[in-house]
Amino acid sequence: MTTMAQKPQSQAQSAGPVPAPELTGVQTITFAKALTLAMSDAMATDTSVLVFGEDVGTLGGVFRVTDGLTRQFGEERCFDTPLAESGIIGMATGMALNGMKPVVEMQFDAFAYPAFEQITSHVAKMGNRTKGRVRLPLVIRIPYAGGIGGVEHHCDSSEAYYVHTPGLTVLTPSTVTDAYIMLRDAIASPDPVIFLEPKKLYFAKDTVDLDALRARYAPAATAETTIGKAVIARQGTDATLIAYGPSVAVALAAAETAAAEGRSLQVVDVRSLVPFDDETVAAAVRSTGRAVVIAEAPGFASMASEIVARLQERCFHTLAAPILRVTGFDIPYPAPRLEKYYLPGVDRILDTVDELQWEDS
Amino acid sequence: MTNHPEFLEYTGNAGRAEGYLLPSATPVQLIDPDGTAATAEGYKENYALPDPAILLEGYERLVVGRRVNDQANALVRQGRMAVYPSSTGQEACQVAAVMALRSSDWLFPTYRDTVAILGRGVEPMEVFESLRGDWHSGFDPHQYNTALPTTPLATQLLHAVGVAHAAKLRGENTVVLALCGDGASSEGDFHEALNFAAVFHVPVVFLIQNNQYAISVPLIHQSVAPSLAHKAVGYGMPGERVDGNDLAALLAVLGHAVDRARNGGGPALVEAHTYRMESHTNADDATRYRDAAEVAQWVPKDPLRRLKTYLDDAGLLSAADSERFAAAAETLAATLRDGLNTETSPDPAELFRYVYSEPTPQLREQSLLLTAELAAGSANLEGALR
Repeated sequence: MTTMAQKPQSQAQSAGPVPAPELTGVQTITFAKALTLAMSDAMATDTSVLVFGEDVGTLGGVFRVTDGLTRQFGEERCFDTPLAESGIIGMATGMALNGMKPVVEMQFDAFAYPAFEQITSHVAKMGNRTKGRVRLPLVIRIPYAGGIGGVEHHCDSSEAYYVHTPGLTVLTPSTVTDAYIMLRDAIASPDPVIFLEPKKLYFAKDTVDLDALRARYAPAATAETTIGKAVIARQGTDATLIAYGPSVAVALAAAETAAAEGRSLQVVDVRSLVPFDDETVAAAVRSTGRAVVIAEAPGFASMASEIVARLQERCFHTLAAPILRVTGFDIPYPAPRLEKYYLPGVDRILDTVDELQWEDS
Repeated sequence: MTNHPEFLEYTGNAGRAEGYLLPSATPVQLIDPDGTAATAEGYKENYALPDPAILLEGYERLVVGRRVNDQANALVRQGRMAVYPSSTGQEACQVAAVMALRSSDWLFPTYRDTVAILGRGVEPMEVFESLRGDWHSGFDPHQYNTALPTTPLATQLLHAVGVAHAAKLRGENTVVLALCGDGASSEGDFHEALNFAAVFHVPVVFLIQNNQYAISVPLIHQSVAPSLAHKAVGYGMPGERVDGNDLAALLAVLGHAVDRARNGGGPALVEAHTYRMESHTNADDATRYRDAAEVAQWVPKDPLRRLKTYLDDAGLLSAADSERFAAAAETLAATLRDGLNTETSPDPAELFRYVYSEPTPQLREQSLLLTAELAAGSANLEGALR
């Protein structure tokens, strides 16, 4: 992967005078607002960036993530489509083939499935198929995962389908800062990106310096891309919790509780599922010798399984205990009143940490 | 709908607004199977026979296209190619599609449209790279404004809509012509593509080559619509049907649709009635699902034969022309033979190179693993030879 934040490609079109952003400096904003700003800033600097999907125009999206973009950039650059997900991804593919950088929204995780053929058979394969002659700079934003009391088909953790498909970059931010910079990095990527947004975090707030975040994308900036880079979300020495997306906050809460009980847990935020940062994650696990992988998706044949497999291949001789998983059960995502039994929670994580053969150390 | 001022002016089909969208009552035919100019009356537009020079060019393209099919079928039988979906009998649709477009326009072909891809000027061996099994594609779509043929059905129609939409947003006057078959009209992406094209009012002409079969399944099991062209009405775009073995009619109908799209008139759907004279591919056996008598009925409707008769009768085809066309066809056939008889060795290192713009660390590792395996393998082979 490239190590520099990528600038708009040669096909980018100048937007003329860049309008002053509505928000500047240090601001307390939501995760959703950070995503909106990432799109509006990218659209302001590159007219080939387009936003479309279901209800993203006048309404601003069912989660308001595209709020104001049509007003700011006009109906040609942020617009509603007919209600057809394969159509959205297929049209976006053609637009990317013809010089545009579409950032499209799938309204909910399970509503992206009609687009599965376009994503897996065309979006993912085009670069390889053409020996790199055609790259599709396309971002597919998908609100995913549960914890919001959503009805059926609104809470799936569908990452395994995408990470299993060669050619796709798969990202999932867990902080307000990452929501902004990872979406900017995704838009700047020449490759198609599946951008998974934990919907329970949309209204989480943080105070960020927008000028500093934007400076990463200034013409002469040298900030590193977040693609392919995991981060240590919390330092710790006894065991490593590995999480991504909606589970990072749960892992951090578990680490906080454990600290009060005298156990120091490190937390790794994977954030780039593909490409996976073997180096950072394996180094973290080697530093503690114990690890638990946490994810909302059913555990069978999952991203969590892949992480465990990769770690035991790389860290076997430094492990004090088998790496364990705390994942969703292997069942369809449950109804709202039952989801609390399904979701990985602090207690289940700490119980699992207790099973890491501490008696042997 | 301000998109369709024609609605307000059209008075045919009992004066109903959607009447403008309906196809002509019978498929448009300008030259009948006997090679005689047909009466071009009763159709929804005033279609005229193309100029002799255009017909002559079209005939040359048909002759070359037929030779490509014959040669490719022979090369498959000789084991020089993995697979070839023949379009023998359907060449007129592909030739007309190519001739209706400018080089700056885009063509979206299917896997059966090798003749059309060659017609766009793609280097022959670039076309056949995928058919011989060296890689999944062989040419740069941007170099020829021609998309790679897709194997999934109807998915490319949405890509065509996207290419047209991007061009429209930039104010270009590009037209996109997208091909599909009768089977593809059953796919969800067919519906979504036509609907998106109509809603966004983008310049795409959809051409269904209705060759009557989707592998073994006849049209009656795909659709009971009055015609596939009638489907256009449901999307709010005009539909038209045309004799798919009559190059003159195809040129007139597609030319009209392309001009209309270029002038901001929006998308159109054209259904061409033709017939797949051979099996689906060399791996198929058409005798299992259709009678020889049925196939025989289509032999006299052959697109080359009827145009040649017309040109001969009109004194438009000289012996020198015929010789020149045959020579061009033989030259291309020889290029295919030579190309496919030349051994190639696809490079396994390329397996990892293009999946992402920059190979991921994991792909670098896997590439090194394969490289080491290959090095060890060749060492073992050398040892055995000693």
